[in-house]
Amino acid sequence: MSREILLRAEHLYKTYKTGKKGREVHAVSDVSLEIHKGETLALVGESGCGKSTLGRTLIHMLPATAGSVIYKDMDIAAMSDKQFKPYRSKMQMIFQDPYASLDPRMTVRDIIAEPLETYKLCGSREKTTEAVLRLMEAVGIPGEFLNRYPHQFSGGQRQRIGIARAIALRPELIICDEPVSALDVSVQSQVLNLLKDIQKDYDLTYLFIGHDLSVVNFMADRVCVMFLGCICEVADKDELYAKPLHPYSEFLLDAIPIADPHRRNRKRKVISGEIPSPMDLPKGCCFCTRCPYATEECRSIRPELRDIGGRKVACHHPLEGENR
Amino acid sequence: MSSDILKNDIRPDDELSLQIGERDGIRDKLKRMCRQNPLAAVSAIVILIFILMAIFAPIIAPYGETEPDLLNRLQDPSLTHLLGTDELGRDLFSRMLYGSRLSITIGILPSLISLIIGVIAGLVAGYFGGWIDYVIMRIADVMLSVPSLLLAMVVMYTLGTSTINLFVALTMTGWSSVARVVRSHTLSIKESEYVEAARSIGVSKWKIMFRHIFPNCIPSLIVLFTLNVPSAILSESSLSFLGIGIKVPFASWGLIVNQGRQFLFTQPWLCLAPCVAIMIIVLAFNFLGDGLRDVLDPYMQR
Amino acid sequence: MDDRNILEIRGLRSYFFTEKGTVPAVDGVDIDVPKGSIVGLVGESGCGKSMTVRSIMGLVKYPGRVVEGSMCFDGRELSGLRENELRKICGDDISMIFQEPMTSLNPVMKVGKQVREALMIHDRSISRAEADKKVMEIFEKVGIPEPEKRLECYPHQLSGGLRQRVMIAMAMICRPKLLIADEPTTALDVTIEAQILRLMKELRDETGMSVLLITHNLGVVAEICDYVYVMYAGRIVEQAETFELFDHTAHPYTRGLLDSIPRIGGSAERLHTIPGVVPNLLHLPKGCAFCNRCGYAEEACHKAGGELMEIRPGHKVRCIKPLETEVKA
Repeated sequence: MSREILLRAEHLYKTYKTGKKGREVHAVSDVSLEIHKGETLALVGESGCGKSTLGRTLIHMLPATAGSVIYKDMDIAAMSDKQFKPYRSKMQMIFQDPYASLDPRMTVRDIIAEPLETYKLCGSREKTTEAVLRLMEAVGIPGEFLNRYPHQFSGGQRQRIGIARAIALRPELIICDEPVSALDVSVQSQVLNLLKDIQKDYDLTYLFIGHDLSVVNFMADRVCVMFLGCICEVADKDELYAKPLHPYSEFLLDAIPIADPHRRNRKRKVISGEIPSPMDLPKGCCFCTRCPYATEECRSIRPELRDIGGRKVACHHPLEGENR
Repeated sequence: MSSDILKNDIRPDDELSLQIGERDGIRDKLKRMCRQNPLAAVSAIVILIFILMAIFAPIIAPYGETEPDLLNRLQDPSLTHLLGTDELGRDLFSRMLYGSRLSITIGILPSLISLIIGVIAGLVAGYFGGWIDYVIMRIADVMLSVPSLLLAMVVMYTLGTSTINLFVALTMTGWSSVARVVRSHTLSIKESEYVEAARSIGVSKWKIMFRHIFPNCIPSLIVLFTLNVPSAILSESSLSFLGIGIKVPFASWGLIVNQGRQFLFTQPWLCLAPCVAIMIIVLAFNFLGDGLRDVLDPYMQR
Repeated sequence: MDDRNILEIRGLRSYFFTEKGTVPAVDGVDIDVPKGSIVGLVGESGCGKSMTVRSIMGLVKYPGRVVEGSMCFDGRELSGLRENELRKICGDDISMIFQEPMTSLNPVMKVGKQVREALMIHDRSISRAEADKKVMEIFEKVGIPEPEKRLECYPHQLSGGLRQRVMIAMAMICRPKLLIADEPTTALDVTIEAQILRLMKELRDETGMSVLLITHNLGVVAEICDYVYVMYAGRIVEQAETFELFDHTAHPYTRGLLDSIPRIGGSAERLHTIPGVVPNLLHLPKGCAFCNRCGYAEEACHKAGGELMEIRPGHKVRCIKPLETEVKA
């Protein structure tokens, strides 16, 4: 895999102001990460950990509060919507809910043609329709359904339409925001295979946002674990699944239900407690309130993301030997 | 995936959606309305008959609109004069036919104009938010806080009584409720994933508003329109009855009621016939609006 | 009725009568829930699993209707009972928890009060102070941290996991004999899911209640269920004790579902898929409902669907050509 960096985030922050008392919600705080060209970087974490917000901030769907996003030596986070417009088509998104992400009053043709027409890529209407048919073939929707409406399709087929729309502009990067979490298992595997095929055919880079670690295991090359807006750990998939260094990664991995009753009594650690409110983050490590290994140091000093054997971990006491 | 598998593509994905018929097209919904709510279907036919009668009034009407016949004043209903004649000997049936043209036009046209204004105002307010939203919605609030008939009267007094001014007056009172509905829809649709998807593609704001948000408001707007029309008809009738609407010698139902009221005890049909006509069309529009709302409005569905 | 079962469903049929035709959402389902066990009902969306439990609870809404079938709970027949009699049984001995706790809790009532009311409706003789004490106890039992504080919270002030715990507390406070859980962890994160599953198991061990767990996740089934029913297009296609089902999967659909799950540790380039989509219940294939998607389908499968057959003790399959049941590696 090439190590060319496609997109790089540096100390990215995203805060929301809430209505009451001018309090702030820290959705993303101090995130630095790199997305390599051609890879699939997975962003995992529980709901509310800021993974979707981070994905959207990276591609300028949401304005960043602070920090920069470097794409081709330019800081796209600092750009206005107008300045960013030429780069918009290079970064597309696939959404979570296939029932909500397609306009119910547009036909499949119009939905897939919308990006082509917005950038006037095809000239005439006939040529646009031809291009739409090619895209539909690529994602496995028969051309005869060109003039159907989304409600006439099942969830998996709708997600295919969403994928066709996302690749229409030949983007370099696609943010997949939990693309299969609303689908049934049998359909989920179809869509995952399709995503992998498309990645090869169209030379794509994915930022795959997900909470299901078994799906992430199938899709990702590298995995970035997030908790409460901070990055806990970034590592190659195989290394992470074999030996998580951050306690939170370990809990996440242990929590996955395994479809094998013989392993139901395996040794697993079940985390206690709930996610703290992102409004008042703990002073130290954001995970310290749930972490069984937390020390005084963890509660007072926020750990930096540091290199341990080629992986990045934000923990004062990474799981090596003594904590196991 | 082969296409024969996709043939079975409409599946009862979730019992609930099947139950509420969410997957039906607008045509299916109208059919369902006709079956479930025959009153609404009958109302639609009644409205259609009224509109056709208004359009073909010159052909149907046995006499002219303003044609006096002083020899046959205040006649009782008979075969020559179906609803009798008024104090100038004009045929009431003919006058009512001609009057329906004005009454129905005034019911529909200002509602249509206020619909357009309201849609634009509501879309802009909802989509852009901030101070634009604040200004537009406060103006709408002011409009809603003044009784609409009073507002129309003030407009008619200050601008003078003419048909155009009547349009202006009725439009002014009508747009604000439309704007409110469209704004609330816009606010929720703006957050939906398909609008976000359009933004991620780079579709412009105006295009998002008119291609994505507006079409999804249409069901509610149809309902709102059918409920706005009768209120406009009533307003016109009230204004004309009060003498600040349509001017003689032209006819509108409200005006005919006004002219007939002095003969209420001797020739009651002069007054009651137009009243009944107003009542029928207003009720028909209301029934149709209710029927449409039951099948079209997503917020009304069980 | 077998004494060992708390719930026995026999030949349950629940149809939707729509304008487009009759939808056989549940078409002849037999389910046994033995006392003190956790029974899983698995299937994809639209397979009729939710409709099945709604039929038990008498919650089927227009245009759906229970057409026939017997539902025997603890020696009493539920079908044919009048609304208020059914409510009484459902309130006292059967409790239900739903997928989205937010919609099943009253948003303008404090959660402590909601749970207390559930208890006081069940047991009219209990005093308020006593009830409060019991609510406290149950909150502690279901693992709600700082229960005194949480009692005074409104549902929106709680996180999804806590809300689900409140729902479980509410369901458990009347000490039901049967808990019906409809996708209780689907809306939750994995770490919370693991907690809730563990909690349900502990409560079962402690109180001896039975659980009917509706889920689409075979992982969840493997973790806590004793017995599994797999549903497809309104029918049970396979049923067996959990270990038996996973070790000797006999129905191609179940096999396909299991293979579709991405496995951790496996580095497959492609996932196994079941082609196509769940069939439209209005236009079911003439033969086996799964024949169009089945890799093993033959002539005969398209002509007639199989009946549930016992292929091994306690293991039933609706397939005329069940898979060779080799022991999985």
